[in-house]
Amino acid sequence: MPAERPLAPFGRRSCRVTAAAADGGYRLFTVLDEEGPAPAPGQFYMLTEGPDWVGGSGRPFLPRAISVARTSGDPGALRLEFLIDVVGPGTARLNELEQGASCLIAGPFGQPFSLPREIKPDAVGAVLVGGGIGIAPMAPLRRHLVSRGVPTRTLLGFRDREHSGAVETLFGCEETRLAFEDGSAGHRGYVTDLLAVILAGDDRGGAVVYSCGPPAMLEAVRKMCGEHGVPVELALESPMACGFGACFGCAVPKVEGGYLRLCVDGPVVRGDQITTAMTGEV
Amino acid sequence: MDLRTRLCGIELDGPVLNGSGTFDVIAARRAFGAALEENFPFSAFVSKTITGPPRSGNPPHRLWETPSGMINSIGLPNPGLDQFVDGDLLELIGLPVPLIVSVMADSAEQFAVLVEAIAAVDGVAGIELNVSCPNVHSGLIVGEQPSETEALMRTLRPLTTLPLIVKLTPNVAGPETVAQAAESGGADCVSLINTVKATAIDPDHGRTWLGAGGGGLSGPAVRPIALAQVRAVASAVDIPVIGMGGITDGESALDFILAGAQAVAVGTENFRDPAAGNAVSRGLASALERRGFVSLAEAQASTLS
Repeated sequence: MPAERPLAPFGRRSCRVTAAAADGGYRLFTVLDEEGPAPAPGQFYMLTEGPDWVGGSGRPFLPRAISVARTSGDPGALRLEFLIDVVGPGTARLNELEQGASCLIAGPFGQPFSLPREIKPDAVGAVLVGGGIGIAPMAPLRRHLVSRGVPTRTLLGFRDREHSGAVETLFGCEETRLAFEDGSAGHRGYVTDLLAVILAGDDRGGAVVYSCGPPAMLEAVRKMCGEHGVPVELALESPMACGFGACFGCAVPKVEGGYLRLCVDGPVVRGDQITTAMTGEV
Repeated sequence: MDLRTRLCGIELDGPVLNGSGTFDVIAARRAFGAALEENFPFSAFVSKTITGPPRSGNPPHRLWETPSGMINSIGLPNPGLDQFVDGDLLELIGLPVPLIVSVMADSAEQFAVLVEAIAAVDGVAGIELNVSCPNVHSGLIVGEQPSETEALMRTLRPLTTLPLIVKLTPNVAGPETVAQAAESGGADCVSLINTVKATAIDPDHGRTWLGAGGGGLSGPAVRPIALAQVRAVASAVDIPVIGMGGITDGESALDFILAGAQAVAVGTENFRDPAAGNAVSRGLASALERRGFVSLAEAQASTLS
């Protein structure tokens, strides 16, 4: 049974940026949303920096799909936080947002994460696997699960220590296990090494895995879970023009043939719904 | 401001439609719920293009952002005629505005099957014939050639009394010649422009970026091309013209009206703002008012020098 999704106000709305700061190798900024409902973990917004988004070079032109990293406050004065990694002209502009600026948002959009019992009736716990900028949707998911009493283990992986800066902000002192490719702290290697240990353990049968991160990591997680018969939900990424099912651009191949639209059928999908998690890759 | 208009017999509250394939009501309901119908952004709704057999669409990548626009290579995914008629069509007929169904086929016979099936359903206000989508090889042929376009219209015209709208491709030397051929064959209206043939290169892998090799450019980047073609077509035919191509606001919609369009369509801007249709209508009313017009009809009667 798919998780219920909050509905977005129709159209886009201008929100004030109430905070913005570098956080590790990324930038974290907050907007004050006075109209929208609280998003469910895994949902995303389409963001456009102010009315002058289309700059001298003509790009960025389309809004950018960014998942929510943290939510606070109540509808009417909801604070939405977004974690930005600069990968192109759109994220470069979002990265320049400062307190007091305005940001157009539309959303929340998309299919959120399910509770473990919605995926598997006898599930007893959750394992969260986040990598790089993909830790963003894992943070609200963890809070959501913990607040419902779901035993939750969180595994996060990074290139290096600099890129793990947001862990403290988003996960606080909650228990997380970290992996660094450069061995600067925690486990030296991939976050999937940590997952492998859990999947080899006796208690894996009751677990549901949730993951977001680079496509290669997601595909490794998807395969490992498939081999162990452990259900997994993945938050995927794809180039996307609209976020609400209009453009048909974010096509991801389905197992049974054809495509799903990541914006309305995802961004959270079950590992066994898709043929590969290597979306957005060339 | 009185924005009412009449498009080949269809009474409209305003002149702003959507371009086919740029707004999916059924998916938008999943995102916005009842708020969508309460603020419905268009004065008539044009469905995505329906084909006889179902189509899953082109392989990814399907999108490429360009300066002030985008290339799409979607490939007309749709459930096929039978499933559309039994499913989505019933929902679309319930919309608060007139419904225009877009169809495409690779032969006049198959076009006839589609037109007859759609026309048989109560509540359809018009049919748009997609003879121009540059994503699909078969779509190019008819719309690129006046004789093919006229022959297709002569086959379809006797099949229905519903308005038949021919969507023109910009990828020809003279769209006005194709428009005249459509008119001679019995078309009630033409709409233009469809997307402009385009591609994007992935230099790191030595190939095109788009899964299908190329696609169609849309957005403000094509607006001047669209305006020139709408103006040329509107002065060459007596049937009404639906103008589109990079409309983002009231001012750009007014440009198309003054170029001779009876109605306009918003396409790519819907992706940037789900409520773009509402904003364009409001903006058009202000743009007309600023110029001293009392109604849309008055602006449409004024000639462009």
